[in-house]
Amino acid sequence: MITRYTRLSGLEPLIITPDLLFINVGERTNVTGSAQFKKLIKEDRYDEAVEVARQQVANGAQIIDINMDEGLIDSEAAMTRFVNLISSEPDIARVPFMIDSSKWTVIEAGLRCLQGKGIVNSISMKEGEQQFLEHARKVQQYGAAAVVMAFDEQGQADTCERKVEICARAHELLTRELDFAPEDIIFDPNIFAIATGIEEHNNYAVDFIEATRELKRRFPDCHISGGVSNVSFSFRGNNVVREAIHSVFLYHAIKAGMDMGIVNAGALTIMDDIDPPLRERVEDVVLNRRDDATERLLEIADNYKGKRGEAVVETLAWREKPVRERISHALVHGLDQYVVEDTEEARQMSSRPLDVIEGPLMDGMNVVGDLFGAGKMFLPQVVKSARVMKKAVAYLLPYIEEEKLRTGDTAQNNGKIVMATVKGDVHDIGKNIVGVVLRCNNFEVIDLGVMVPAQKILETAIAENADIIGLSGLITPSLEEMSQVAREMQRQDFHIPLMIGGATTSRAHTALKIEPHYKAGTVWVKDASRAVGVAQSLVSQELVEDFLAKVRADYADVRERHRNRGPGKKLVALDKARAQRFRCDWASYEPPQPNQPGITVFDEYDLATLRPYIDWTPFFQAWELAGHYPAILTDAVVGDQASELFRDAQAMLDRIIAEKWLTARAVIGLWPAANIGDDVEVYALSADRPEGKGKLLATLYSLRQQADKPIERPNLCLADFIAPKEFGKPDWIGGFAVTAGIGIEAHLARFDADHDDYASITLKALADRLAEAFAEHLHERVRREFWGFAPAESLDNEALIAEKYRGIRPAPGYPACPDHTEKTTLFQLLDVTANTGIELTEGFAMYPTAAVSGWYYAHPDSQYFVVGRLGKEQVSDYAKRKGWTVAEAERWLASNLDYDPD
Amino acid sequence: MSTLPWLHPERVALLEHALRQRILILDGGMGTMLQAHELDESGFRGERFEHGSDAHVADHQRDHPGTCDLKGNNDLLTLTRPAIIREIHDAYLKAGADLVETNTFNATRISQADYHLQHLAAELNREGARIARAACDAMTVETPDRPRFVIGVLGPTSRTASLSPDVNDPGFRNVTFEELAENYTESANGLIDGGADVIMVETIFDTLNAKAALFALSELFHQRGARMPVMISGTITDRSGRTLSGQTAEAFYYSVRHARPLSVGFNCALGADDLRPHIQTLAGIAESHVSTHPNAGLPNAFGEYDESPEHMAGIIGSFAREGLLNMVGGCCGTTPDHISAIAAAVRGCAPRALPSGAAEAA
Repeated sequence: MITRYTRLSGLEPLIITPDLLFINVGERTNVTGSAQFKKLIKEDRYDEAVEVARQQVANGAQIIDINMDEGLIDSEAAMTRFVNLISSEPDIARVPFMIDSSKWTVIEAGLRCLQGKGIVNSISMKEGEQQFLEHARKVQQYGAAAVVMAFDEQGQADTCERKVEICARAHELLTRELDFAPEDIIFDPNIFAIATGIEEHNNYAVDFIEATRELKRRFPDCHISGGVSNVSFSFRGNNVVREAIHSVFLYHAIKAGMDMGIVNAGALTIMDDIDPPLRERVEDVVLNRRDDATERLLEIADNYKGKRGEAVVETLAWREKPVRERISHALVHGLDQYVVEDTEEARQMSSRPLDVIEGPLMDGMNVVGDLFGAGKMFLPQVVKSARVMKKAVAYLLPYIEEEKLRTGDTAQNNGKIVMATVKGDVHDIGKNIVGVVLRCNNFEVIDLGVMVPAQKILETAIAENADIIGLSGLITPSLEEMSQVAREMQRQDFHIPLMIGGATTSRAHTALKIEPHYKAGTVWVKDASRAVGVAQSLVSQELVEDFLAKVRADYADVRERHRNRGPGKKLVALDKARAQRFRCDWASYEPPQPNQPGITVFDEYDLATLRPYIDWTPFFQAWELAGHYPAILTDAVVGDQASELFRDAQAMLDRIIAEKWLTARAVIGLWPAANIGDDVEVYALSADRPEGKGKLLATLYSLRQQADKPIERPNLCLADFIAPKEFGKPDWIGGFAVTAGIGIEAHLARFDADHDDYASITLKALADRLAEAFAEHLHERVRREFWGFAPAESLDNEALIAEKYRGIRPAPGYPACPDHTEKTTLFQLLDVTANTGIELTEGFAMYPTAAVSGWYYAHPDSQYFVVGRLGKEQVSDYAKRKGWTVAEAERWLASNLDYDPD
Repeated sequence: MSTLPWLHPERVALLEHALRQRILILDGGMGTMLQAHELDESGFRGERFEHGSDAHVADHQRDHPGTCDLKGNNDLLTLTRPAIIREIHDAYLKAGADLVETNTFNATRISQADYHLQHLAAELNREGARIARAACDAMTVETPDRPRFVIGVLGPTSRTASLSPDVNDPGFRNVTFEELAENYTESANGLIDGGADVIMVETIFDTLNAKAALFALSELFHQRGARMPVMISGTITDRSGRTLSGQTAEAFYYSVRHARPLSVGFNCALGADDLRPHIQTLAGIAESHVSTHPNAGLPNAFGEYDESPEHMAGIIGSFAREGLLNMVGGCCGTTPDHISAIAAAVRGCAPRALPSGAAEAA
């Protein structure tokens, strides 16, 4: 017997079985519900709109609701475009889509783009039975399920009786006239706002809940859904109260049989977490238990206003609970002040100290893991939870050691992972986060730190009998290094799987350049949130084979697609690209002359000056919170978490500045320069010649775009922005290197000793931000003072971040000049290491990590661009100019090659 | 939809009766058989197209400039070499096929436009069905206890509705649902007029194309006031186990089951062995009958399919013994020898039983 479950599909199936309890339908891709999403669609920012969808799925939405009903939008076109776009993203399209509109033509536009079985939201009898059946028949033909609203010719049903009556009539029509599958009917008995001050509204939630109970009883195969946020509409602006109302309402509605809802999954409060007095009054309102319920809720509502996400009254009620629950509470909420005493209490009650870890602590971390996996907790919270865990474990360690000596008993864990940032690279924020998350899930992580040579990684893995090796890196040369490590593992006959992660890594790169070299399994891990799932699959006897088989098939597929991708856009020949270089009227161009030529060093720069220049958006990205600052602070999904993190960051920043934790240093230089071909010659200053040009100091080598571009768009090369030598114009180029990370080690060590990854990662991320702010600030001073071509410039930080000024500061290793090795020339010209303390690694990463370096170009038309793919001809030419072999050039430009060098 | 009566109720009753008795045999590859005739350009053109453009259509009506090669347009042979097509149908019927597929895989307006022959779409389908009808009827006369059936084939077309052909613009599409639905309506009408018993939407790379076909069929049945049994056959394109448009076998089934098909299955792209897990998936969840017509293995280095009849029949015999199948045949590279070996291998095996409560699926 095949049970009548609702069977939906995206790229993957979704069968609504009773054990799923409640289906979260993501509400953020709805222009009527999200001002942010509406803005993105109106401004044609579809790339970002796609990210909203991706985030919802990542946060646990099992279906996503898509609505484009807005007067100023061509809703049919927007629906078509958006559904087509997200259909091309496998990590979004894996879930079914709910096509939401009050206009039938828009619904049809959406259905015509769905290969899977989705849901129509909604159809109703508001325009009569005939129209209703006509639409329902179309829904069947398109192969979708349908939300049926409790709406008839008389209007929307508000009482329990009308809700049930209309839904029952709709059900009868659908099943009798059309043989519509009952499991494809989802009733929406209308959730209306309560506590509005109008007496008739007081019973609306009860009406919904009771209608739900009756409908589920009569039609057990059907589902009940609704837009949950409507219920609390009268408390808009007070999110604590709103979320409390949602959670109480859902608690009762789900018990009555509601099994689907359009919700903001990330923002659901756990019923038990609601402050008890608030909870009681909210329940009075939702269940309409007393006449003065609304007044009583209003009385206390303001106490919760503006304190979004914060415990309003610092309640210590949880301290009264048994120790097991206290430990769980401390872990879930990241509270570390009582953990040592609680751990001690638990230890005294256990026969072995290990039991505390394997019992209450692991139980608590499992709750954290589940909440994180379900998108109900975010990364910063998890890292805080880990801090509590680490402190507890550190406290227990001496007891465990003692026990071990006595009994020889050792702890069991999930598996052992050796992790490292590869040789030549110093970036480790992401790797550290992954380490924390893995430890939270009971993996033993041996973190070898940064700049770790392949042999050391492999030797450690053997010595420790590791189950997995994890490699991380941020700069592009690290990609090549990872590929080397993989080859080395194969050569030395390793049999443990390899995990790859880091900002420049990708599934495609892993599939094409790493995985083929290592037979025992290589998996790319997109971000920290995926690390646990991957690691667990890799250490599980039952899962590993299937898992690796899937990954291998997937990567083979990527390779196949790559092979079959066709010729792609053809590059133009180098001479043709050069012929189409950027030109301006050099004869009439007057290059600005600097006010302060030569080198200027800045020691101990005032951090308080830099603070307003911070671009916060990347700070949140480092924590895997998606969104733009400042909008992210009020974002419906991550807003609470972002605000909390932001507060913590501000507090630490106060101390960094006041207590001088970090020292900022910089050096800039401005030199005479001339362009020859794709290169720039840099000269020493000379007082006795009119154009101030002395002997040749260095040649800067640049790369040129070879994309086939229309005639009006030049094939750019950075050198083009400097006046060509033959014009004899006295042009200039600048260079800079800044750091805000001097002195960071002592503080990191302090945090590490305190098992405080949260503080450690926050400090690193802040130092990075300060270094970027320093680069921004210094560039502004260069434009206004030292070079002085824009003395009157006055831009706010937003305009600075948007680069609304004259000139650019491209950094070697970034898209306009992808060759990292050019940093060597920059460092020599500026004597960076002596002047600032920044060092270059063999992979051309800078240490301290919180450092930025690059070139200054002043030409009014200079711009950032992406060099993109390079033909063999240019690579050979570049090698010749730099005195490299072609193979060396291919190695350093590996990410940009348009051809396969082997 | 299922409230509509059958267009040919007596044919449907015969077919359902046969499906209850045994595993039914589909035919094998058409292209493989045609290749053996080694037709050249003039062989494909026949008399009707020998002077360049279509002699049956007035000059001002035709799109066909007469300059485009027609060699390789296998569907056109229905009009220019009907005897060859009939011969192939006869060969498969003799080999034991209960159902033969019309030579109409590319007979849609979109696909024929590649040859500037879009005006032939309806005619190709009608005539394709007629030839198969005649072959089946002739065979049924010889063995009246074993009626033979014509499957009108709707192919995938040369475009995909849910994939962008432009890597730089994932939102772009070169065909719409509406265009596909119009194409399929025209072709399906031809198949029905020509005498098909069943319509099969097959070799589905992109489920959205198939949904457009199913949508067109349901509209057309609605307009005609009567319906036909529908077979649906998807294609898992490689060992990743997904369709070209990214769906798993299970998601694929849920996306098409609203059509309440007579059967659902997989064909093409893989050999029987590689199709096994996906057929198992369908057999576990489908309310309808399950079909498969795999390729004769994966293509070798020369792009040829070389799995022997014995080998393929061996694997399919094991499918049948596991109770996975209701209908089975062959796709690329299979010949009457394959079909007769498969028919022998499944003979005596009970057909897969429909899950209880799903008997009304068709």
